Amino acid sequence: MGHEETVYEALGLAPGDERHWAFGTGFHDPLAGVDTTVPDGIDPSDLGQYCLMLGDDALVLAQRLTQWITAAPELEEEVALANIALDLLGQARLLLARAGSVGVLGRSREKATASIPDEDALAYFRDADEFRSTALVAAPNGDFARTTVRLLAAATVRLAVFVRLRASRDQVLAAIAAKGVHELTYHRDHAARWVRRLGDGTEESHRRAQDGVDVVWPLLGELFTPTDVETRLTAAGVAVDPAVTRDEVTGVLTTVLERATLRVPPWPADEPPRGRSGRHGPDLAELLIGLQGLARAHPEATW
Amino acid sequence: MSDVRTDPRTVAETVTDPELPTLTLADLGVLRDVRTEGDGTVVVEITPTYTGCPAMGAMRADLVHALRRAGFEDVDVRTVLAPAWSTDWITDTGRRKLAAAGIAPPGPAPVRSPGPVPLRLDPTPRTAACPLCGSRDTEELSEFGATACKALRRCRACREPFEHVKEI
Repeated sequence: MGHEETVYEALGLAPGDERHWAFGTGFHDPLAGVDTTVPDGIDPSDLGQYCLMLGDDALVLAQRLTQWITAAPELEEEVALANIALDLLGQARLLLARAGSVGVLGRSREKATASIPDEDALAYFRDADEFRSTALVAAPNGDFARTTVRLLAAATVRLAVFVRLRASRDQVLAAIAAKGVHELTYHRDHAARWVRRLGDGTEESHRRAQDGVDVVWPLLGELFTPTDVETRLTAAGVAVDPAVTRDEVTGVLTTVLERATLRVPPWPADEPPRGRSGRHGPDLAELLIGLQGLARAHPEATW
Repeated sequence: MSDVRTDPRTVAETVTDPELPTLTLADLGVLRDVRTEGDGTVVVEITPTYTGCPAMGAMRADLVHALRRAGFEDVDVRTVLAPAWSTDWITDTGRRKLAAAGIAPPGPAPVRSPGPVPLRLDPTPRTAACPLCGSRDTEELSEFGATACKALRRCRACREPFEHVKEI
């Protein structure tokens, strides 16, 4: 029996037609069998909101990176961006499923039918004001240089958080972070080498890379201010206060830019967390139309 | 229907990886545990290689299918996230099978400390022998290949491109 035949035959045996997952074939709860008990003294709502922050950043950046498919400057780079997006999508699935496991589903359940799993309901049936992602990941790609600078910044920030989150009292978050560190290390190194290559490349690539830096830098202003949820969960040993990642993030970014012969712009002043509070500009709304349109038009579709 | 007295572990260990079908899930270190609970349910624990590995659904379905065909009606496939999978878990048999399939097996996984991850701005010092001609004179074309777990390399001796399971 051919291997492919076995797979499809096996999917057909799934009890209760578990193939009925909204936008894939045969996917299951990514946390199936994982102990999702909430640690003592933690408000499940806080934990769920924090998972949305980390999960939405990954989901939104994955969507932006996916927009390069069929448009990247070379095939190897297209494959690389797709792979990075896939890693982030995996992180998003686990984190959104974790939010769902503690009952944080917002208004998504008013629109998503019961057969749609929590992580899909959260991804496809929340409106922009319920997303907790930062403006850094929602900003349009721009050219390849700007995309690369943004990926460097986003991967550096996320890796700095995930390294610390490995010690979270929430064992699910700790496990997701430990896996994510392996992946984000590749993402950050890949972006850093591209920024170095573009900055220290031709006059044109240097100009584009510097333009990318100048556009991305102001988006860093909201990243180091914790929300009340993060402050409470940090005190409880569950979350990472983004303020403690500042020195590592600025240090890494400065190193890369200097090696790339790029000018390091002044660091933006700290701002209140807009995206983490659900306040977004038009970029996210535009992105969600592409991400959610098909799912909302055909909420029970399978293929 | 097969003999239900077969050890479920033996059955689970025959299930192959959907993307590397010459290897079993056991060869890859993805199969973490197989046990029979008091009520007869066979519990299988698997761990994803990469968080976004799209093959998890197929792995799960293949395990359920193989065990049902062997006579185990109640099968519960559970995901284990910790400790995170590492290429160090690929068995010696798995490494031999990878090389025989033209895929360079991974070297030792990077040593990880609890602190910040150092930035690597220079090309990685990774090496991999060409699985076709055996030459050590190979170069990395891309850290990201056709699946999340593989990089793309080229042999400078025989000029053939090949895949390399990257260390993680």
